[in-house]
Amino acid sequence: MANTRCAFRVLGVALAAVLIGEGCGKVSGRSVSLLGSTSIQPFAEVLAEQYTKKNPGHFVEVQGGGSTAGLQAVDNGLADIGMCSRELTAEETRQFTRILVARDGLAIVVNADNRVTKLSIEKIRALFAGRLTNWREVGGQDGPVRPITREEGSGTRESFVRLVMGKERISRRALTQESNGAVKELVKGDPAAIGYMSLGLVDNEIGAVAVEGAPPTTDNVLAGRYTLVRPLLFVTKGAASPAAQSFVDFVLSPAGQRLLEKEGLVRAR
Amino acid sequence: MRVSPANTQVVAVGFMWALAAITFAVLVFILAFILAHGLPHVTWSFLTQSPTSMGREGGVFPMIVGTILVAGLAVLVAAPIGVATAVYLTEYTREGRLTTVIRFGADCLAGVPSIIFGLFGFVFFAITLGMGLSVLSGSLTLALMVLPTIIRTSEEAIRAVPYAYREVSFGLGSTRWQTVIYVVLRSALPGISTGIVLSLGRSISETAAVMLTAGSALRLPRSLFDSSRTLALHFYILAREGISMPNAYATASVLIIAILALNLLSYWLMRRFVAKVGR
Amino acid sequence: MKRDKLIGSVLLVVALSAISGLALIAAFIFREGVPIILRVGAGQFFFSTDWEPSLGHFGILSMIGGSLAVTAGAAVIGVVFSLGLAVVLTQFAPPGLTAALKPAIELLAGIPSVVYGFVGVVTLVPLIRHLLGGPGLSVLAASIVLGIMILPTITSIAIDALQAVPRSYVEGSIALGATRWQTVTMVLLRAARSGLVAAVILGMGRAIGETMAVIMVAGNALALPHSPLDPVRTLTSNIALEMGYASGDHRQALFATGVTLFIIITLLNTAALAVSRRRAGRRRVG
Repeated sequence: MANTRCAFRVLGVALAAVLIGEGCGKVSGRSVSLLGSTSIQPFAEVLAEQYTKKNPGHFVEVQGGGSTAGLQAVDNGLADIGMCSRELTAEETRQFTRILVARDGLAIVVNADNRVTKLSIEKIRALFAGRLTNWREVGGQDGPVRPITREEGSGTRESFVRLVMGKERISRRALTQESNGAVKELVKGDPAAIGYMSLGLVDNEIGAVAVEGAPPTTDNVLAGRYTLVRPLLFVTKGAASPAAQSFVDFVLSPAGQRLLEKEGLVRAR
Repeated sequence: MRVSPANTQVVAVGFMWALAAITFAVLVFILAFILAHGLPHVTWSFLTQSPTSMGREGGVFPMIVGTILVAGLAVLVAAPIGVATAVYLTEYTREGRLTTVIRFGADCLAGVPSIIFGLFGFVFFAITLGMGLSVLSGSLTLALMVLPTIIRTSEEAIRAVPYAYREVSFGLGSTRWQTVIYVVLRSALPGISTGIVLSLGRSISETAAVMLTAGSALRLPRSLFDSSRTLALHFYILAREGISMPNAYATASVLIIAILALNLLSYWLMRRFVAKVGR
Repeated sequence: MKRDKLIGSVLLVVALSAISGLALIAAFIFREGVPIILRVGAGQFFFSTDWEPSLGHFGILSMIGGSLAVTAGAAVIGVVFSLGLAVVLTQFAPPGLTAALKPAIELLAGIPSVVYGFVGVVTLVPLIRHLLGGPGLSVLAASIVLGIMILPTITSIAIDALQAVPRSYVEGSIALGATRWQTVTMVLLRAARSGLVAAVILGMGRAIGETMAVIMVAGNALALPHSPLDPVRTLTSNIALEMGYASGDHRQALFATGVTLFIIITLLNTAALAVSRRRAGRRRVG
């Protein structure tokens, strides 16, 4: 019996210590939390690593969830900065503060073995709407077309719908994945797949098609020849907290922008 | 052409054995697949370092800490409450409509999908109560999730204690509470512990309920109010997004070994229970 | 004596808070979900396949179809393999083997669902894609993965049901000259039928609640499946995919999906309970 009492006492002290620890992080104003677009997430992570290296004692936390989830999180107070990979609606512009941190091409990706290397926007729309169902119809090998899309709250999806689909709906038979990485994995494994994702995250495991004659490179994005481009935004509610502002300043600084360029994005300025 | 019953038996039983063999082949395959790919990468540095570049390199130390905090706290909260509730239901009330209703309710809630607990926890703990994406939100959500199971298993363990034990205790002049503590709970302890250990195992494996309550931050949590990624969620993210397959397999291996250990523990506890109460 | 009463009251308070806490969850889910069902119209909500939250369309028929399809598939696999396993372990295996294999079955139950899903994605999905066509992410893949996941549940309850049949039934059958297999099919399975049905129903309850493994292998397409090779989205996957960013009506629709799941699982639980009670009733008479 005495042993159990002793154990409980130790437990109580330990619990109190951990609970008290909460004071150190959130209140001291040196922690920033970002939440939102899975397109921005890897780049935010890289920036966070650099930032904490340069500013020891600062704490940056990055989570995914999708662009709309990011806006929600900022609205609910779950995060300091929302990451958004699409343009804000009029309503959202009124609610939030918009900070452009980079620009990103929207790549149309196919399996590495797919012979198709260029498509027009019209053809892309038809493929994703389910009007064209065989790769033969766009110059590829005979076989079914399997479009892959993102969840509704994805900024990448919203940008794709705005830039390519217009009024037409994506096929209801399209497979849904919940992040850029998941789309890439699926396209990598399925020869019939076609999807859309952040250009900055494309590597040589999959193929990205040329759109309207322009190959998907950052140069073409900068020059305006590759037209599928969307903004990458940091979003805050009102003014950013000092810790958040400090991080944003780093991201917009030449060092931060250089880092983003190295990773495959297009700089904001 | 009539097939003799003896021949039918040979074929049918052979078929049944084949089914059984396939089932175990599948189990062995899953374990071997993960462990073969993952164990070589589970090094000491993997277990003690933090991840870098989104988990492509580095280790899973923050995830181990996160998992222990989230799952451990959940069980720490749910166990006393659940056992106390079970004690009350069995020792301090009569069997009747109320207890039947409560039991049915606990059974139903034990079957509710974990994603619904996740949705509830996200809206209630993280947003409404303002706890945010944190270890606290995650563990409270998980505590609610395992509470019905702990109540039910504790209740069954307590009811399995022969009434004679209680009679003897009362005969010797103890109060009800003394009987509960020194006689009933002591005998039912292994059974209760089994339920708690199983709930711990369930909490550790849980992904859907922690995704949006504990969040998915990669850093080591400094307090209960920080977000933290559990091992299961980390594995899901690494594997789903193809970030690092070796690390994914290694993470899964750590998870499986932990669960194997917990299973062995609960099995040992159950054997002690059977020995004690002689069922 | 007074101390005893005090402790009794403390326990009462704890028990009441625990129970009311759990009741709170159910109440919360219903309070958030039911209004949107009424606003959209129950017919529209449950029987329309039009799920387009950005336009305010909330029809979950596709997801109900998806959940039912993968659960039914899982039940088929569960029935075949679990019952076979239970019969073998209780009737034809030496007791030592049974004792050694039961913990192995429980181990299957402990493997996290994300591991099942991952192994399914890496091994099963490409196999289905190559051998049978389609995207591989399909009803079939989800059914197989779920079937394996609910095996331990069904097997352990089935074993209990089979072992509860009085030995006299089996011995009587053998004495009358039946082979062991004939005894199994004509006597044992029939006598344990309600318990076995209860086992399958409870397994189905588990399958319908599974989320992570299904997200990984089912494809999450919004259309109703026309064949086992078609991709599907289940009720649980829908909640998991959208809850991060849903707000307002959309979030309430997700709670309403939760209500639907709650109702389905309560129905399954009640059915299982009724079925196993009927068995006890019949035994008392016969």
